[in-house]
Amino acid sequence: MRATGNKAVEELTQQEYKYGFVTEMDMDMAPLGLNEDIVRLISKKKNEPEWLLEWRLKAYRHWLTMREPHWANIKYGPIDYQAIHYYAAPKPKAAGPKSLDEVDPEMRTMFEKLGISLAEQERLTGVAVDAVVDSVSVATTFKAKLGELGIVFSSFSDAVQSHPELIKKYLGMVVPHTDNFFAALNSAVFSDGSFCFIPAGVRCPMELSTYFRINARDTGQFERTLIVAEKGAYVSYLEGCTAPMRDENQLHAAVVELIALDDAEIRYATVQNWYPGDKEGKGGIYNFVTKRGLAKGTNSKISWTQVETGSAITWKYPSCILLGDNSQGEFYSVAVCNNYQQADTGTKMTHIGKNTTSTIIAKGISAGHGQNSYRGLVKMEKTADNARNYSQCDSLLMGDQCGAHTFPYLEVNNTSSTVEHEATTSKIGEDQLFYCQSRGLAPEDAVNLIVNGFCKDVFLKLPMEFAVEAQKLLGVTLEGTVG
Amino acid sequence: MLSIRNLHANVAGKPILGGLNLEVRKGEVHAIMGPNGSGKSTLAHVLAGRDNYEVTKGEIVFEGKDLLAMRPEDRACEGVFLAFQYPVEIPGVANLYFLKAALNAVRKYHGQPELDALDFLKLAREKAKLVDMDPKLMERAVNAGFSGGEKKRSEIFQMAVLEPKLCVLDETDSGLDIDALRAVSDGINALRGPERSMILITHYQRLLNFVKPDFVHVLQNGRIMESGGPELALKLEAEGYAQWPEGKVEVAS
Repeated sequence: MRATGNKAVEELTQQEYKYGFVTEMDMDMAPLGLNEDIVRLISKKKNEPEWLLEWRLKAYRHWLTMREPHWANIKYGPIDYQAIHYYAAPKPKAAGPKSLDEVDPEMRTMFEKLGISLAEQERLTGVAVDAVVDSVSVATTFKAKLGELGIVFSSFSDAVQSHPELIKKYLGMVVPHTDNFFAALNSAVFSDGSFCFIPAGVRCPMELSTYFRINARDTGQFERTLIVAEKGAYVSYLEGCTAPMRDENQLHAAVVELIALDDAEIRYATVQNWYPGDKEGKGGIYNFVTKRGLAKGTNSKISWTQVETGSAITWKYPSCILLGDNSQGEFYSVAVCNNYQQADTGTKMTHIGKNTTSTIIAKGISAGHGQNSYRGLVKMEKTADNARNYSQCDSLLMGDQCGAHTFPYLEVNNTSSTVEHEATTSKIGEDQLFYCQSRGLAPEDAVNLIVNGFCKDVFLKLPMEFAVEAQKLLGVTLEGTVG
Repeated sequence: MLSIRNLHANVAGKPILGGLNLEVRKGEVHAIMGPNGSGKSTLAHVLAGRDNYEVTKGEIVFEGKDLLAMRPEDRACEGVFLAFQYPVEIPGVANLYFLKAALNAVRKYHGQPELDALDFLKLAREKAKLVDMDPKLMERAVNAGFSGGEKKRSEIFQMAVLEPKLCVLDETDSGLDIDALRAVSDGINALRGPERSMILITHYQRLLNFVKPDFVHVLQNGRIMESGGPELALKLEAEGYAQWPEGKVEVAS
């Protein structure tokens, strides 16, 4: 199933490549390559204010001076940045299939295994909009409800038009355009993304999910997300979904910025299941992501939870800057590398305020020829009196061709701070498998059981429905790794 | 119920069992005793279907079926249960959850409806009582951080829940103090019945003080050298295994 599932995704992705080159300006796609004119074009297409164009250009000029980083424990061929289309208009809906009956049956089997609802299946496969009336109306109802509370939740492009003052104030506050190569690239050419603003004292009454955002499709390869929680506000945000996402773009470089003011809390959960490449390691998404949260206010809290099962390459370190006194940062992660997938992922916790605390729980699973690296920095600044960190990194190996690596960095400049680090590496042993089998469980069910037990601490942090889906997803991702 | 005929088995290319014969009928309890390296644990693992235990000759018929042709999980579903000498830990997986999955796998195999969480909990509580196991152990991860005694008791509890036809207990008495041994033995006795057979694999006679076997067999160099009633165990305890000459293991061709 794993192999055929991959094939289904691959066939779909490759089909779309056929439509790859349209060069005229007034058509849907920008010409290949990147220069100032392209940046101007993107900004113009989006009808952006002058300051935002300048911001993009500044990022572009800075990007030109930078070099692609190669310190991560990942290997890939050179990326030709001039062979990419940096702007593509959302595709007309007519291009999609008319009903689910027209969707590849193997892809549908995969959906069913994951237990994805019909409405969601339709959305994911791009079935014409009439068929998804339900989810659209649900989304509209939700938007009205959020509006009453003063919550802004919209696409980034819409927010630039409707709330330019907020965007101007917060964009780049946590991840400046100079931050790193991929963040600079994103700042120059970001296509779209989400904007979310929770006003002071408001507790967002529902999980905000891209699923409920109209026009969530085709946000493209350079996504930009900005979430601001004012004093005392709370929001829980879900990104991605467990279904296999098809995407014709190989390079993805997203930026996510979170800002929590006094007493505010932001929880951000990701499930990433992009095309990982085939069994031989051909194809697959390169995912270079910069995610950072600023716990700006006193008693503020930022929490990252991620389940990363997709992509050929993952380069991602959702981090927290704990600036406010008593602020808290959390990072809970499950990263799976099967076949030839490579992941270099982890977090940075920078403690600046007094009594700041951070927790890191990272679970890496390697199977096939997968290479999984945890890379984490815990930094206690001089000012971080009585700051505490607890880190736990566990690796699970399946088979003897895969690898698990841990790169923990500690920088302690304050003697009153406490840093704890624990790490384990274990192998799904023959012993565990046989034990389960001798109780009547088939090997694949046994692997599921063992892996889910291993990831339990992280899954507990996910919203309920997401946790169930994530468990199933892990099962599907690791199918065929034993027996 | 179980017929083992002329069983030869290798471990890592080395012959361990060399022509073992054993007949176990419904409701009988057989003790297999023998010194270290005589093939006791190999027999247990061959019955459960462990990889790396290569059967080179002979057959095992269980309830009229060819046991050796079945996958380990199918043997379990057919009613073979191995209580491990060293039960493995599965971190993060609650005992209850593990056992529910196992019981439902067995039920599914027999075309029975799966038990829901509530019904299962009820059943598990009854069984815990039957074998006198601390219900708190059910909530903890499978064997993780269990003491030696807790692990063995948990194995007997699993046996109670899964209700196998044939129980193979591999050195269940090893590493237990006298109180734990008594408790585990009480659990085993509670599970004896006219429909259930047991094979107790043990080094020492002391388990047999608590669980009275119908038959005792002496295993030496991969073969059964002598069989008898419970009195044979006492003789062994007094005289040791030296009375059986170190016969060479026959290598299957």
